[in-house]
Amino acid sequence: MHIPDGYLSPSTCASLYALSAAGWYSALRRTKRVFRTRTIPLISVFAAFSFVVMMFNIPLPGGTTGHALGVTVATIVLGPWASTLAISLALTIQALLFGDGGITTLGANCFNMAIVGSFVAYGVYRLVASGAQVSSKRRITAAGIAGYISINVCAFLTAIEFGIQPAFFHDASGAPLYAPYPLRVAIPAMMIGHLTLAGLAEAVISAGMVSYLLRSDSRLLLAPGAATWNLAADTGQSRTGWSRPLWWAVGLLLLLTPLGILAAGTAWGEWSAKDLANGGTRAQISAASRNHEPPAFIPSGLQKMASLWTAPFPGYAPGFIRSPFLGYLLSGMFAVGFLVMTSLIAISVGRKWRRREASS
Amino acid sequence: MSSPSFIQKTVLGFMRALSDALVSEKFAHRSGFLQSLDPRVRLTGALLLVVAAVACRKIQGVAVVFSLATLIALLSSLDLWSLAKRVWIPVLIFTGLIALPAIFTTPGAALWMSPALRTAISEQGTYSAAMLILRVETAATLTTTLVLCTPWTHILKALRWLFLPAEIVTMLTMTHRYAFLLMETAKQMFESRESRTVGVLSGPDRRRMVGQTAGVLFSKSMELSQDVYLAMVSRGFQGDVCLLQDFRLSWRDYAALFLFLAGGLVVAWIGR
Repeated sequence: MHIPDGYLSPSTCASLYALSAAGWYSALRRTKRVFRTRTIPLISVFAAFSFVVMMFNIPLPGGTTGHALGVTVATIVLGPWASTLAISLALTIQALLFGDGGITTLGANCFNMAIVGSFVAYGVYRLVASGAQVSSKRRITAAGIAGYISINVCAFLTAIEFGIQPAFFHDASGAPLYAPYPLRVAIPAMMIGHLTLAGLAEAVISAGMVSYLLRSDSRLLLAPGAATWNLAADTGQSRTGWSRPLWWAVGLLLLLTPLGILAAGTAWGEWSAKDLANGGTRAQISAASRNHEPPAFIPSGLQKMASLWTAPFPGYAPGFIRSPFLGYLLSGMFAVGFLVMTSLIAISVGRKWRRREASS
Repeated sequence: MSSPSFIQKTVLGFMRALSDALVSEKFAHRSGFLQSLDPRVRLTGALLLVVAAVACRKIQGVAVVFSLATLIALLSSLDLWSLAKRVWIPVLIFTGLIALPAIFTTPGAALWMSPALRTAISEQGTYSAAMLILRVETAATLTTTLVLCTPWTHILKALRWLFLPAEIVTMLTMTHRYAFLLMETAKQMFESRESRTVGVLSGPDRRRMVGQTAGVLFSKSMELSQDVYLAMVSRGFQGDVCLLQDFRLSWRDYAALFLFLAGGLVVAWIGR
């Protein structure tokens, strides 16, 4: 999964460097806020540990061996931000010292494995281990599943990066200038190996390490990043508040929702049966589809499925409001309110469940 | 002779990494073109040429950078066999295997029809595969030459010149140092386990063993990070990083930097 130099175009490399730089900046800021003076030794030693774990040959069913990334364990113990930094450092050392992965593609490799890998592992582990006691065996399963899924998501992203190269970067004769395989080849080629061997290797090392930690020092598994919070408590630091800026961002986005009215025409591929029957919209569809005429008759399946569900606010315009501006705003407020309420109910149910499990 | 067990494979991997690091130290202390330059100029020059090779859209441009990279390696006391053994042959095998199907699957004008496979080798596919292999060979030659001719600590210090924050440079330096320490520790753990193992372990036992070894190594790492932190604090560390910068640029470095820049631009123009 370590992309060498020459497989990705300069613009792909630059875009992924920019995305990774944003991730590294946030990770460094958040980690420093929590660990303060401990940041450098802790992240460095953990990056060194991840580097060494990547070199382990892991025995897999069928007599073969594979290598793991160690991103899931890093995330479970340190949390996703610190793990992002530790895995990025390990990948940098691999690229610079051992030529495993390129220098121009370092941003892509860190984005796929360190940033996305850490956050996917974090999300899956939290989801599966939610409410489990510290000594619960469910944590081992959660770590295994998180490892398997995160490594496959990383592989999928890598495949997409490879697969878009021939479409965008080719010479006048059509010869691809970088990775030569389109998505239909790149995705199965990457995923077969990861769904079978590499995913299993990551699952084995993640589950095996969590199983060991359950017996030796289960405090580290209190929550993803528990070690982070324990050390932060030692230095008198607390978890940083993130909710206020988030609420401001949600509010701002909500106010900006009427901008959607400015977009003319229908979104490509989101046509309704009514759009296909309307002469004006048909002309728009044809123009947007490189002059391919839409079918003369409405496909029977589309017509049948279209009547299955009638939205309460069709086209983000509730029937009882005349102003499209207000209609958009109200639809946005309704959706945000619905999502917030559902999340609050889910959190409250989760807390009750955890409390009940702790008291039993 | 039976194939090596996963423990032996892991130990061999560690030994290879440790010996590679020692070989780098050997080349870095020889006299040669790159060794005579300031590490910041070496790093910037190598990066400029890698970017030029990646940005080239014509194979002639990449071929020019490849020739330049080989010339720099030869002038820096590296021999062709070392380059072939460390870079060219492994890259040819790895990237060649990946690129090979592209000569059949890429649509385009038929170059040659294989009667046995009943499929044609396309001109565009061949060009694309050759371009990919040459590009990867060029980038790998440049980075390997840089790493072999520059002590690792100098490369990391030089990164500071490329606006990398001092904290990141410090973390990279420490990661490098402790990676070798932990690698040695892990090697010893695997060796001691191998020497105590009688008979053949079952699959689940082998997997459990690897998980436990990683877990023990993790506990050691946590302890190590705490010890390192206390050692740093006892020496007056308060969180601010200050790197000593003892590099000095001479006229020779400025001239080399100009040549690298000019070379990169010329190549980018040829391969535009």
